[in-house]
Amino acid sequence: MRLVLFLIGLVLLPAFARAGDPSNAYSAFASGDYDAMAAAVTELAAAADPHAGAVIAALQAGRLYATEDGALLIRGDDGNYTDLLSGKPVAADEDTVKKIRMNNAVRRAVEAAEGGLQLFAADPATRRAAAETLFKSHDTAALSALTRARAKERDPSVAEAMAEAEAAAIVMSPDAPEAAKLHAVAVIRARGDLEASALLASIPSPTPAVAAAAHNGIVAIQRVLQLWDVAESVFYGLSLGSVLLLAAIGLAITFGVMGVINMAHGEMVMIGAYVTFVVQEIIRAHAPGLFGASVVIAVPLAFIVAGAIGIAIERGLIRFLYGRPLETLLATWGLSLVLQQAVRSIFGPTNRDVGTPSWMSGALPLGGLTITLNRLTIILFALAVFAALMALLRYTSLGLKMRAVTQNRAMAAAMGIRTPWIDALTFGLGSGVAGMAGVALSQIDNVSPNLGQGYIIDSFMVVVFGGVGNLWGTALGALLLGIVNKFLEPFAGAVLGKIAVLVLVILFIQRRPRGLFPLKGRAAEA
Amino acid sequence: MATDDVSLTRRGFGGLGMAALAAATLGGVTKFGISSAHAAESGPIKIGILHSLSGTMAISETTLKDVMLMLIEEQNKKGGVLGRKLVPVVVDPASNWPLFAEKARGLLTSDKCAAVFGCWTSVSRKSVLPVFEELNGLLFYPVQYEGQECSRNVVYTGAAPNQQAIPAVDYLMKEDKVQRWVLAGTDYVYPRTTNQILEAYLKSKGVAASDIMINYTPFGHSDWQNIVAQIKQFGSAGKKTAVVSTINGDANVPFYKELGNQGIKATDIPVVAFSVGEEELAGMDTKPLVGHLAAWNYFMSVDTPANKAFIKKWHEFIKNPKRTTNDPMEAHYIGFNMWVKAVQKAGTTDTNAVIDALIGVSVPNLSGGYSTLMGNHHITKPVLIGEIQDDGQFNVVSRTPGLVVAQEWSPYVAETKDLIGDWRAPLSCGNFNVKTGKCGGASK
Repeated sequence: MRLVLFLIGLVLLPAFARAGDPSNAYSAFASGDYDAMAAAVTELAAAADPHAGAVIAALQAGRLYATEDGALLIRGDDGNYTDLLSGKPVAADEDTVKKIRMNNAVRRAVEAAEGGLQLFAADPATRRAAAETLFKSHDTAALSALTRARAKERDPSVAEAMAEAEAAAIVMSPDAPEAAKLHAVAVIRARGDLEASALLASIPSPTPAVAAAAHNGIVAIQRVLQLWDVAESVFYGLSLGSVLLLAAIGLAITFGVMGVINMAHGEMVMIGAYVTFVVQEIIRAHAPGLFGASVVIAVPLAFIVAGAIGIAIERGLIRFLYGRPLETLLATWGLSLVLQQAVRSIFGPTNRDVGTPSWMSGALPLGGLTITLNRLTIILFALAVFAALMALLRYTSLGLKMRAVTQNRAMAAAMGIRTPWIDALTFGLGSGVAGMAGVALSQIDNVSPNLGQGYIIDSFMVVVFGGVGNLWGTALGALLLGIVNKFLEPFAGAVLGKIAVLVLVILFIQRRPRGLFPLKGRAAEA
Repeated sequence: MATDDVSLTRRGFGGLGMAALAAATLGGVTKFGISSAHAAESGPIKIGILHSLSGTMAISETTLKDVMLMLIEEQNKKGGVLGRKLVPVVVDPASNWPLFAEKARGLLTSDKCAAVFGCWTSVSRKSVLPVFEELNGLLFYPVQYEGQECSRNVVYTGAAPNQQAIPAVDYLMKEDKVQRWVLAGTDYVYPRTTNQILEAYLKSKGVAASDIMINYTPFGHSDWQNIVAQIKQFGSAGKKTAVVSTINGDANVPFYKELGNQGIKATDIPVVAFSVGEEELAGMDTKPLVGHLAAWNYFMSVDTPANKAFIKKWHEFIKNPKRTTNDPMEAHYIGFNMWVKAVQKAGTTDTNAVIDALIGVSVPNLSGGYSTLMGNHHITKPVLIGEIQDDGQFNVVSRTPGLVVAQEWSPYVAETKDLIGDWRAPLSCGNFNVKTGKCGGASK
């Protein structure tokens, strides 16, 4: 019996050596030939080689190195190297070893192989992600592993993902029976997203029945997705609108309520963004664990810094120019240039890298929508700032005084309100709110000295469109302009879309010079 | 109080006026002094540096000014050229296109610069072109551009479309089997011309019009949500899709961020960019970008002794070991060395003699080969395709086996397919029509 086994072994051994000798596969990594590397990754994963997991993890982390004679090393956190196969430490340094790099083909193979290896992981979320990866790669080699994993799976949502991945592999495999393919098409159609539609469109050499089923599937998916598209445009519009609102709401106070044409408003936004940058630099250097909270910490700081600068501007410059709009315009324009140049001198002319905390990165799938988390956060933030500002103006003593001074300065002064201080505080409030907007904008735009310039025109447009002096008008105006812009963009393109919005606003102002919600009563006539 | 203010302002203005007058007089005197001293074929040689040091292009162009100062300083250490010292004349055209022409005129007429190194955007080059042709100056232009130009007074050391865009598209077609193309660009002359050439090229390769999507956005565009969603949708037709990006400047940052947020990875829809280099990546978090591509003729990560020495010198000169090097810097390195060699060959800085001596001059580039100036005033270059790494550098995944000769006039555009440029005698023409056998066409 033993002899027979031995003989069988002898016969099979050379065949194995040719087909799946791991040392061949390992030598591919050091060769620098990307196609061979991709093939090697797939081969190692398919052969369930004991080192496959280590190789794939090291490749993804950029820790896999090769010596000049082709031995593979893994670099640890401490900068020391260990041999991949033996696990022994190896003395090596930067000059004698070469980092193994990937291209997209290798990266795809690594992702698919990782998916295959993690189908049996303990954590259901990992298994689900693995199934998703395999759905995307629709690698027919993973079919048997998927079938095994699905049979064992207890979690219904993971099992569903695995069934979809299995269906993807089945429609792609040339030798699957027609009935299985038709069933697989139905599973994919039920998934109903863009990727499902892409997959149905790429079935290789389908039989007429499969082709018809796939075509019907695509049509059905597209019909549903078209409805989602409208919802998506509304979300994009709200998102753009919330950015406009954030940028404009500070101006709605300084320009709308106080009547100061403040061309340096954009620079307050820019300063807020730089405050975020400084906060992040300090956190990176001293408390890296707090990075996720950096944006939250930056919001009050940006308010204080920009607000203080705002008060200084009001006390030092603007108060001398009340009632002289043209001079205010020129002075604040000059000031905006001074502030830009100051920031350029301190932080340099290049863009600064402001990181996005992980809780703001990525997207939330919601039906057929992709809700990007940074945009969602900004929408919520804009609404919160708006609500807080309304509350402040309405329910606090400061708010009452602000309204009193802007409505009738002489009467307010007669009532004992120190109008110059209220002016300073109001201007500081508007500037501080602009600073908070800068924190939000640092997450979606470039932090450079020119950041504010891009928003100043839009801000004035929103305030004038919404109705000068009316915060509700500013909010509705911003959201409306955002949505109109996003519905125009797919037809007209980004350039024409913007022009069209401007033309519409101008026409609207011609008809209603006081904007959407004009102030009524005696205050408006003053 | 108010009267006091007014009188103060008046006095202030008066003072300013006096100062301006004094400055103008002084400037006139200095300029006069320089021009008379320089008329002779002796004394220092003046090199003009025409790069924006303020305004939107300052981010990119300031580095090129610094690299020119470094090259000139180094050449002076070697004893200058023809035994004469080189003197840089730095002016700031401030990203203002008409000002480029004005400053160029100043460099050529009052400073009498032997050569000018400058410009970045195509619109600035178009603005100075008539000045250089009128005054018979010599401009070295270091940036990849859209081609369709061949002036006797310009040496194009950047890439023509066939030295960058077309090899990149070929790479994606061959390696990634891409069948569907998004051509996304900023709305100005370079992306529009490049996309016109690429569209014609793709169609000549059998790509259907329905498989090409073209999109333009304004400078500094920051809200990419629905454009990225559109790209995603376009990419879900069951064919492998790629984005060819001629998006310029810092609009790239939010674009790549949006791609990352909407979950589009380089393994799904790769983006190949022609205007994103090491300098641009320095201000970005590159982790979500890993695997996206760029096509250039030089990367900082190129592993050659010449490049290592260049980077070392650059870090010493700029006193900051973190500064990156990029493709247009290499172009200036090549252009400057070509000019030095041509002047030595001609034995004079006279423009006509140097232009004749330049053609055929061959100098080492930084990627381990030699670049030669051809009769069409463009240089031969290798084409490298790099993938973005998480450290902000590029990993070269493909390079052309030899050097690529520039096609100044695109053969894929109907109006220019019969044109060639050759500034050697006996042709001496920038737009010779091979069909009609006559010199003349789109440009002089």
